Amino acid sequence: MTAQERTETGAKRDPKRAGAAGVAGEPHVGRAAQLMGEPDERGRFGSFGGRYVPEALVPACQDLERAFRSAWADPAFKERYRSILADYAGRPSPLTECHNLSKHLGVRVLLKREDLNHTGSHKINNVVGQGLLTLEMGKSRLIAETGAGQHGVATATAAALFGLECVVYMGEVDMARQELNVFRMRLLGAEVRAVRSGSRTLKDAVNEALRDWVASVSSTHYCVGSVMGPHPFPWMVREFQAVIGEEARDQCERLLGGAPDFVVACVGGGSNAAGTFSGFVGTGARLVGVEAAGGAALGPKGVPGVLHGMRSFLLQDEFGQILEAESISAGLDYPGIGPEHAHLAEVGRARYESAADAEVLEALQLLSRTEGIIPALEPAHALAWLVRATASGEVPAGSTVLLTMSGRGDKDAQHVMMLLGLRSK
Amino acid sequence: MSSPRLRPAGAGIASPRSAGTKSTSFLSPEAGVTPSRPADLEATLRAARASGRKLLVPYVTGGLRDDWVALLIAVADGGADAVEVGLPFSDPMMDGPTIQEASYRSLERGTTPASVLSELRGLDVGVPLVVMTYANLVLRAGTKRFASELVGAGFSGAIVPDLPLEESEEWERDAATQGLQTVLLAAPVTPDERLSRICERSHGFVYGVNLMGVTGERQSLAASSAVLAKRLKATTDKPVVMGFGISGPEQAVAAAEYADGVVVASALMRAAMAGAPPEEVGERVAAIRAALDRGQP
Repeated sequence: MTAQERTETGAKRDPKRAGAAGVAGEPHVGRAAQLMGEPDERGRFGSFGGRYVPEALVPACQDLERAFRSAWADPAFKERYRSILADYAGRPSPLTECHNLSKHLGVRVLLKREDLNHTGSHKINNVVGQGLLTLEMGKSRLIAETGAGQHGVATATAAALFGLECVVYMGEVDMARQELNVFRMRLLGAEVRAVRSGSRTLKDAVNEALRDWVASVSSTHYCVGSVMGPHPFPWMVREFQAVIGEEARDQCERLLGGAPDFVVACVGGGSNAAGTFSGFVGTGARLVGVEAAGGAALGPKGVPGVLHGMRSFLLQDEFGQILEAESISAGLDYPGIGPEHAHLAEVGRARYESAADAEVLEALQLLSRTEGIIPALEPAHALAWLVRATASGEVPAGSTVLLTMSGRGDKDAQHVMMLLGLRSK
Repeated sequence: MSSPRLRPAGAGIASPRSAGTKSTSFLSPEAGVTPSRPADLEATLRAARASGRKLLVPYVTGGLRDDWVALLIAVADGGADAVEVGLPFSDPMMDGPTIQEASYRSLERGTTPASVLSELRGLDVGVPLVVMTYANLVLRAGTKRFASELVGAGFSGAIVPDLPLEESEEWERDAATQGLQTVLLAAPVTPDERLSRICERSHGFVYGVNLMGVTGERQSLAASSAVLAKRLKATTDKPVVMGFGISGPEQAVAAAEYADGVVVASALMRAAMAGAPPEEVGERVAAIRAALDRGQP
């Protein structure tokens, strides 16, 4: 089935796309201005989001919301955040025009190079913001969940920089898949705690981090790694990642004289996509989020529900038990999706596609060979969709496409080597 | 007599209707069974308190093992004033290792909300039943349907810890319409203003969380327990029941000093998972009952 066919059949039976007038992913003039602003007073984007946490965590979420509002409105805080991103993390990240890949695909491909940030992914943007906020709140300890290890490494980095204690929860399965990142976190002075409950991957790491937070909330900030969790996390993390979209918008303006035709990003929880989309939601660009086929909360198997403090689309059974996502990418191995993405899908401003493991591995090799850029498995999903969509004509020849290269492939090299070795046998 | 309860003839331990109960759809209650109105949780607890007794609410994970209904009956007979029944959820983030493990084991056995409710339908353990579960199970079924199914299975109350004040209104309303009382939780960090609203909106009892943390046994009772119990008692005349970290008679007596009663969960489930027969788990409840009645461990 082509991506186009899938979209069409999806549009007929799928309530997620019911709100879309016309082709999903097309801009809606007028509505766009209200999208990707502040959530409502209950922390909702449309009907998604909210604050589904035990009473013990409600005051902490309220305090965090107040602290974030005040810091984000404070020019001195913003200046400190921006200067650390510039002088420490290496921002702005370049926009790379991929001439060879463009020729190969017949569309003009621009990569937003978050892989060139310090620590190798977009995650640093968020942890610098939350690290500074932790200092503002007078807390001394950071905890985090991590899947691929990118957010764990970023949090451990921020903790080292800001002099904070750091504990990272990581599923046992992911620790085996991402051995190198485990070592990096330990080298940075963080304690990595193996999570052995449930599927022993990202969702269980979130559960464990929440359990820690309930018991440690007076001294500890939970540095959530994506646009997920209870309000204000989805909003706050998007704001800390909005720098991706702001820069890319300016860079596209200079290079193209306006917005590209398509803006594409991979989505697990969806932080790099949210940060990127926020720069283009008010333009004519079509926004496309690409999930892992085995973890596509906005795919045919996703149903609205409540997990990890938020209402969003989730992979779950008929009784509401959460299903385990399955992907070669530990970073996309999550059964939910950020609530704002659920909203963008519902109103039709963004569309969500998926990519399967095999085409992701192909895409990863394609970019490596044509451009000399080894992507992480996560953004290779976005690339895999682009390859498919250019072949099907869904992304017409000659289109301009911005794709967020959210992380570099070093962390996955060993895993990919094994996967490719298995396949060649 | 430590357990002054009346039970309809033929109900209770003598005739558990668990075995052989036909599996029923979660959507459509078994035809032919007209459940009698479940007991009024708050009225029952108020009456027990008025008789001078400290309240004891043991917990059992629904579907934990084949004879879990016998466990339920045993803890009720051990001197409970109400029993919490857990509907296991795949991601119990408020629970410590013991209840996590119990939930996991139960789900591994194929337990679903439907299977638990169908095993309970028609059963009378002599005290009100309170369901304890997570929001996603409630919302997946739909608040109206979930409340109606619970009442059909004999439940009097419900605890959904991840529906705080701001998120629980729809559920509270649909539950109340069905005659199901929603028990809200108060935490040591809950400010006074929220505490008042929690006490106002909570029905059945007010659940005081002894400590900042997840469920599970602790060496000693947290100091935050007495502080919260006193605040709650100063705010409401509804029954105040304290839970989390109560592992035996000693902590139960201490936690009940300023409150009306206690919830005991992990200690019982640890014994149940270690293979203790129902009578033995019931004896643990009876030991706590006796300590509460004596006012000392």
